[in-house]
Amino acid sequence: MAVTDAPKMITSRFGRDDAHTLAGYEASGGYQALRKALSMTPEQVHTQVKEASLLGRGGAGFPAGVKWGFCPDGVWPRYIVVNGDESEPGTYKDRMLMERDPHQLIEGVLIAAYAVGCAQAFLYVRGEMALAQERIAAALNEAYAAGYVGKSILGSDFSVDVVLHWGAGAYIVGEETALIESLEGNRGMPRLKPPFFPAAKGLYMQPTIVNNVETLSNVPWIITHGGEAYAGFGAEGSKGTRMFAVSGHVKNPGVYEVEFGVTTFRDLIYAPVYGGGIRSDRQLKAFIPGGASAPWFYEEHLDLPLEKVAVDKAGSMLGSGAVVVMDETTDAVKACLNVVRFFAHESCGKCTPCREGTTWLERILSRIDDGYGRSSDLALLMDVCDNISPGIAWPPKQTTICPLGPSAVSPISSALQRFRPEFEAKVAAATKARADAVAVAVDVRTAVPHG
Amino acid sequence: MAEDTTVDAAPDVVDDGVAVTIDGTEVRARKGELLIDAAERHGVYIPRFCYHERMRPVGMCRMCIVEVDTGRGPSLQPSCMLECTPDMVVDTTSEVTRKAQEGVLEFLLVNHPLDCPVCDKGGECPLQDQTMSNGPGESRYIEQKRHLEKPIPISDLVLLDRERCILCDRCTRFASEVAGDPLIHFLHRGNHTEVNTFPDEPFASYFSGNTVQICPVGALTATSYRFKARPWDLTQTESTCQSCSVGCRVAVQASRNEVLRILGVDVDPVNWGWLCDKGRFDFEAINSDERLAAPLVRQGDELAPAGWAQALRQAADALSGALDSGGPVSIGVLGGARLTNEDAYAWTRFAKGVLGTDNCDAQLGDGLPPEVVLGLPRATIDEVCRPGGTVVVVGPDPKEELPVLFLRLRHAVVEAGATLIEVAPARSGISDYATVTLTHRPGEVAEVVRALVGETGQSSDLGGADASAVGRARALLDQADGDVCVVLGRPSVAESADFVTDAASVLQRALPGARFLSALRRSNVHGALDMGLAPGLLPGRVRLEDSGAEFAEAWGAVPATVGLDAHGMLTAAAEGRLSVLVLLGADPLADFPDRHLAERALATVPTIVASDLFLTESSARAHVVLPAAGFAECEGTTTNLEGRVSVLGQKVTPPGTARSDWMIAAELARLMGHDLGLESPAAIWDEICTLAPSHRGVTTDLLRSTDSDAGVLVPLEREEPAPADVDSTDGVAAEDVAEAAVDQAAADDTLEAQAAEAEGVAAAAEQVAAEEAGELAEEAAADGPVEDGAEEAVASRGPATLRFDGIPAVTLAPRDAYSLRLVATRKLYDQGTGVQQSAQLAPLAPGSVLRLNRYDFERLGVEEGSVVRVASARGALRVPVVVDAGVPRGAAAVYVNQPGLAATSLVDAAAAVTEVRVETGIDS
Ligand SMILES: Cc1cc2nc3c(=O)[nH]c(=O)nc-3n(C[C@H](O)[C@H](O)[C@H](O)COP(=O)(O)O)c2cc1C
Ligand code: SF4
Ligand code: SF4
Ligand code: SF4
Ligand code: FES
Repeated sequence: MAVTDAPKMITSRFGRDDAHTLAGYEASGGYQALRKALSMTPEQVHTQVKEASLLGRGGAGFPAGVKWGFCPDGVWPRYIVVNGDESEPGTYKDRMLMERDPHQLIEGVLIAAYAVGCAQAFLYVRGEMALAQERIAAALNEAYAAGYVGKSILGSDFSVDVVLHWGAGAYIVGEETALIESLEGNRGMPRLKPPFFPAAKGLYMQPTIVNNVETLSNVPWIITHGGEAYAGFGAEGSKGTRMFAVSGHVKNPGVYEVEFGVTTFRDLIYAPVYGGGIRSDRQLKAFIPGGASAPWFYEEHLDLPLEKVAVDKAGSMLGSGAVVVMDETTDAVKACLNVVRFFAHESCGKCTPCREGTTWLERILSRIDDGYGRSSDLALLMDVCDNISPGIAWPPKQTTICPLGPSAVSPISSALQRFRPEFEAKVAAATKARADAVAVAVDVRTAVPHG
Repeated sequence: MAEDTTVDAAPDVVDDGVAVTIDGTEVRARKGELLIDAAERHGVYIPRFCYHERMRPVGMCRMCIVEVDTGRGPSLQPSCMLECTPDMVVDTTSEVTRKAQEGVLEFLLVNHPLDCPVCDKGGECPLQDQTMSNGPGESRYIEQKRHLEKPIPISDLVLLDRERCILCDRCTRFASEVAGDPLIHFLHRGNHTEVNTFPDEPFASYFSGNTVQICPVGALTATSYRFKARPWDLTQTESTCQSCSVGCRVAVQASRNEVLRILGVDVDPVNWGWLCDKGRFDFEAINSDERLAAPLVRQGDELAPAGWAQALRQAADALSGALDSGGPVSIGVLGGARLTNEDAYAWTRFAKGVLGTDNCDAQLGDGLPPEVVLGLPRATIDEVCRPGGTVVVVGPDPKEELPVLFLRLRHAVVEAGATLIEVAPARSGISDYATVTLTHRPGEVAEVVRALVGETGQSSDLGGADASAVGRARALLDQADGDVCVVLGRPSVAESADFVTDAASVLQRALPGARFLSALRRSNVHGALDMGLAPGLLPGRVRLEDSGAEFAEAWGAVPATVGLDAHGMLTAAAEGRLSVLVLLGADPLADFPDRHLAERALATVPTIVASDLFLTESSARAHVVLPAAGFAECEGTTTNLEGRVSVLGQKVTPPGTARSDWMIAAELARLMGHDLGLESPAAIWDEICTLAPSHRGVTTDLLRSTDSDAGVLVPLEREEPAPADVDSTDGVAAEDVAEAAVDQAAADDTLEAQAAEAEGVAAAAEQVAAEEAGELAEEAAADGPVEDGAEEAVASRGPATLRFDGIPAVTLAPRDAYSLRLVATRKLYDQGTGVQQSAQLAPLAPGSVLRLNRYDFERLGVEEGSVVRVASARGALRVPVVVDAGVPRGAAAVYVNQPGLAATSLVDAAAAVTEVRVETGIDS
C-alpha cells in the first residue's frame, strides 16, 4: 500500500490540542510564513504559489496561482473571499481545518491578500458550523491583538482587514457567485458566468478572488518551504497533498491528508491508516470519488491514483475530496434518490431546469421506489436529465445557470447505467401489483351477485 | 425612432459593429449588443420569458438558450446574457437548441396550472405562444402540481396568482430596478420559490400596473381588467395618455364601445413602455355613469337637460349680449389644457378672431407665464436624461405630478451616471436620487438659485438653503460635463409664479447653454399655449403684438389689446367686470390657487358657459353646460411637455350627444354669424400647420408616418437628440458618451444630407450637418460648454417665435417671524375626476395632512395626528398635523389637490407667499 511519508502540510497540527490558539500556533511555527512573505515582494509571493501549482480544493480544481493573476490591472479595491461554506454531502475537511487550525487559514488569507493586493478579506463560514465560527472568531481576535491582522501588519506598510461572515445554511451559497450575493446581503443565488466572473466582477462588482479554505491553508507551507518544494510532492497534474473525507460504509470514516497521485482509492478505502476497509468486510458496490455531484466509481476504479487528471479521464472528479463508499447491501435506487433529493432541496430556484427539473427527478425516483413506477419512467428519467445536462456527458454541459442542476444528473446516470436491473425490478413489481389490483377489482365486480 | 434610423441609414459609415453568423446568415451586430437583440433585429426571434429590453438581463428562465460557437465548439448559451463577439456562429434551430428549449418549456409547464380558459392572459400569453412555437406537444408530468392560495393582492391594483407564476423576475426587477419600489420579492427556495410581498408591506407603487403588462403569464392581473375581456375581443388604437403632460404613448383597447384597458407603448424618446398607474387605470372615468351625456341649462337653482340647439343658442346669446353691452373685454375663456390641439386652436380662433377677446388662459393660475414655458431654449426628456449629464430640478415633485418623467430621471441617475440637483420647498419623491437637494423657504427659490450659480442675492441666509449643500451643488454645476438641463415648474401654488420666473432668469443668464424642460402638468397645457390660449399669444408661439396682422388677415380680426390671464379674469369677474366666463374643462374652484377669489368670481359673473366631461364643482355653477368628448373619444393631436406633437386615437364614441370642443367653438361661431370653415380635426390641423409659425411643416402625413410613432418635436428645426439610453447595464463612462455623440453626429450627417438632397438643398444642409457634427464632437471631446453662438444659430433658423428674456429680480417679501410659510403641493391621486371617477383609484387619494418639521411641530405641543387649525389672512381650515423631516423649518406643507380639504382657501393669489399660523386646542 502506497502510504507515503510525505509531510503533513496542512494537518500537521491536528495532533495538538492547543493548535487553535495563538500560543499553540506560534509555538508550532505559526505566522513565520507571513513574516517571510512580507519580506518578499507581492510578485515574489505570487510566483511561489504559481510554482507550487496549487490546485483549488473547492471542487473545480483550478490552479490558485493562475486565478490570482486574473484580477484586471489597476482596478481597486479588490477583495479576497474565503469559501468556508462546505456543504457537499460527505465533505467535512474544511470544517476540520477551521476548527483545528484557524490561524493557519488566517495566515494563508493574509499572505494571499498581500500577493493579490487586497485590503479587505471576507471569511464566509457555513451557518451550521458553530465551533468553526467560534474558533475563527477567537483566532481573529487574537491575531488582530497580536498585530497579524489590521493596520500596518508586523510594522510593514501592509494592512488588511478580515471580516468574518456567518452563512444562513444553504448549500448553493458554496458556489462562489451565490456566496458573493449572500455576502452582499442578497438571496444566495448564483450569478451568470459570463459576465460575472468574480476575478473581474465579483463582490460589489470589484475584482474578487474566491478560494476554498483548504486551498488557502496550503499557502503558509508553500511560502515557508517554497513553491518548488511543494511541487516536489504529488503527481504531474496535482501537486502536494490533499485532504480526503472518507465516509459511508467504511470501518474508519474520517479525514485524511494524503499525497496526490501516489495514493489510490483502494488505499484510501482499505488501508488500515485510512478507511480500514468496508464494514463487516462486505463487498464494495460503488463509491462516489469527489462529493455527491461526482459520477460514481466502482470496483474497477479502485486502483486509480488520487490525482486530478487520471480521475477526470476516468469520467468523474476529485471534486470536494469526499469519498462516499456504498457496500453491496446498498439499494441503488434509494441511494440515487437520496442524492437527488439533496440537490432538489438545495436548488436555489433561480433557473427553470434546475428548479423544476431536480424536483421532478426526485418525484419520479421516489415514485419508483415507493412502488408506483411505470415502465416509461426510466427513459423519462434520462430525458429529464438530458434536458438539464444535454448529452449527459462528463464534464457535464448544462442548460442551467450553475452546476447544481447537473449535479443531480450524475447519480441518476451512474446508477441507471450500472444498476439498471434494480430499477427495472422495482418498476416490474409495481406494474405487476397494478395489474393484480385491476384483476382483483374485476374479479370482485364480476363476483358481485345481481339483485 | 432615432436609434433605428441611425443604424439602418448609416450602417457602413459608422461601423463599429461585429460580424456574427446567425442560422447561416452573416449579419452585423452592434458593439456590445446582446445576441437576443441582434438576432431579433435581423428577423430571428429567439423565445424568451425573463428578458425585457428595458431591464437588466438576468438569464434566469433559460428559454433563450441557443447553440453558440465562439471558436471552441458549440455550446448552449443564454442569448439574453451574451454579447455578440466577432465571428460568433449561432444556431437557433439546431437539434440541441430545439431540444433544450422544448425542455425548458416542459419544465415551466410542470407546475403551471394551465387554466388558460379562465386566464386573463390567454390569447396574448407568451407562455401559450412559445409553447405552441417551441414547446413539446405533451407534458410527461403526472405528479401533483404546486398549489398555493390564489389570487392574493400584492397592491390595491394588482393581484397575484402564484401558481401561474413562472418566476421570471420581471415584476421583481421592475419594482426594484425601474420603479425604485423594491417591495415584491422572491420568497423561499428551489421548487418552493414564490413571488410575494412581505406582510404589511404591499407593493404600494405608482407604477404597479407595469408589472401586469410585463408579466409573461397571467400571474399578475389588474383589478380593473380581470375577467373583463379576451384579447381577441379587443380592438385597439394608439394614442397618447392625457392624464399628465409627459405624454406617454399608449394603446387604448376597447370592446363593444367600452375602453377596457390601457397599455404602455414603448417609444424611445418618452416612456419606454412604462405608464404610471393613474394613466393606466383612470380610463374607468371614461365609462363613468356620471359622464355628461347631454347639455344642461340653468333653470333657477336647477340644471335641466336640454337639446344642443337650445343650449348653444343660449350660450351664443349670452356671448352676443356681452359683446353688445361690455365689448370683447367682458368675455373670458378659462381653461383648455385638457383639449386636443385642434380643439384649442378652434377655441383660440373663436375667442380671439370672432369674439375679439384676448382674455384667454389655458392655465389656472397654477402654472408659469407662457413666455417662460415656450420661450426658453427647450430640452427633450432625452436631453434631460443624457447619460453623464447634469440636471437641475426647480419645480414640483416629478413623482407626484409627472410620474414617468420621474422614472426617466431616476434611470438617468441610477443607471446612466447623471447628476441631479434639486431645488424645492420640501423634499420630494426625487430627493432620494438627487445628489444634492436644496430646500428653500417658500418664495425664495430664486435666492437659492442665485447662490447655486454664484450670484449674490438679497437674502442673508441663501433663501433658507444649507450653505454647505449649496457649495456642493455649485461644485457639481462647475464640474458638469456638457450643458446643464433644467426641469422647470411651479413647486407650490402657495407662492407667486414670479419667484420661479425669477429663478429661470437667473439660470438662463448664468448657464448660457442650459435647456429647459417645462414641468407644467396638465395633459395638453403646452399644446393649448402653442395654440394661443393665453393672453397676448397667437397660435404658433408668437405674440399678438408681433403677428397680429397676419392672423387678422387669415381670421378676419384679432383682439385689439392684450387681455387678462386666469387671475386677471377671475378678479375681473369678482369685481363685476366680466359678463360671460367660458370654462373649457376647467374647474377653478378646485384648481385655482385662491379659492376665495374663484368663489367670488363664479358667484358674481352673470353667465358661465362650461364645456366639461363631468359636472364638477365649478361647472355645476354654470348656466349652460355642454358635454364634451374626452380621451379616446375624439381624434386630433396633443403636445407634451417637450413640445412633441403626437396623434390621439379615437376608440369609442362619446356618451350621449357629447361632442368635441372644436365643434362647440365652430357651432357657437356659426350661431354668431361666422363660418370658421373648420370641418374636421384633420382640416384644423392643416390650418394650424399653415398659420402657426412654430408648426410649419408638421403635416398630418408627417405625424402619421411610422417614423413618427413617438410624435414630432416642434418646431421641426429642433433636433431629436441622441437616445439617452446607450447602455442600460453599465454606468456610461465619459468616453462612451463622447463616442455616442460623435457617432450620432456622423449619423445625423448622412441622414440630413439624404433628406436635404431630396429637397435639392444638399449643399446648405451638408454645411449645417457638418458643422453640427463638428460641434458635437468638439463638445464631446472638450467637455466644455458650447459657445453661445451655437445656441443662436439654432434659434435663428426657426421663425421669430416667443423668447423669454428674463425678468429683473423680484423683491422678497419681508419675513414674519411668528408664522409659517405655506407649501402647497400635489399628490398623484387627487380630487380630479379622472381619479375620483375610477373605482380602483379613488380610494387611493391619501387625503391631506399638515406636515411640519419636528422643530415647528414640537412647539405646538400636540400629538402626532391631532387636528389643528391652520389660518391665513384669507381663511382657515382644520387638518391633522404630522411630523415630516422633509419639510424645512419655518414651512408648513399641505397637499392642495385632495378631496375633502380645500387648502387653496388659505391662499391669496395676489400675495407673494402665504403666511399661516397653526393653532391648537380650538373647539370647532
Ligand atoms: C453547487 C456548487 C457548490 C459549491 N460548494 C462549494 C463549497 O461548499 N465550498 C467550496 O470551497 N467551493 C464550493 N464550490 C466551488 C466554488 O464555486 C469555487 O469554485 C471555489 O470556492 C473556488 O475555490 P478554489 O479555487 O480554491 O477551489 C461549489 C460550486 C458549486 C457549483
Ligand atoms: S442550477 Fe439550480 S442552484 Fe444553480 S442557479 Fe439554477 S436553480 Fe439555482
Ligand atoms: S409574477 Fe409574472 S412577472 Fe412576476 S416573476 Fe412571476 S411570471 Fe414573472
Ligand atoms: S406619466 Fe403622465 S402621461 Fe405617462 S402614464 Fe402617467 S399620467 Fe399618463
Ligand atoms: S430570456 Fe434569456 S434566460 Fe430568460
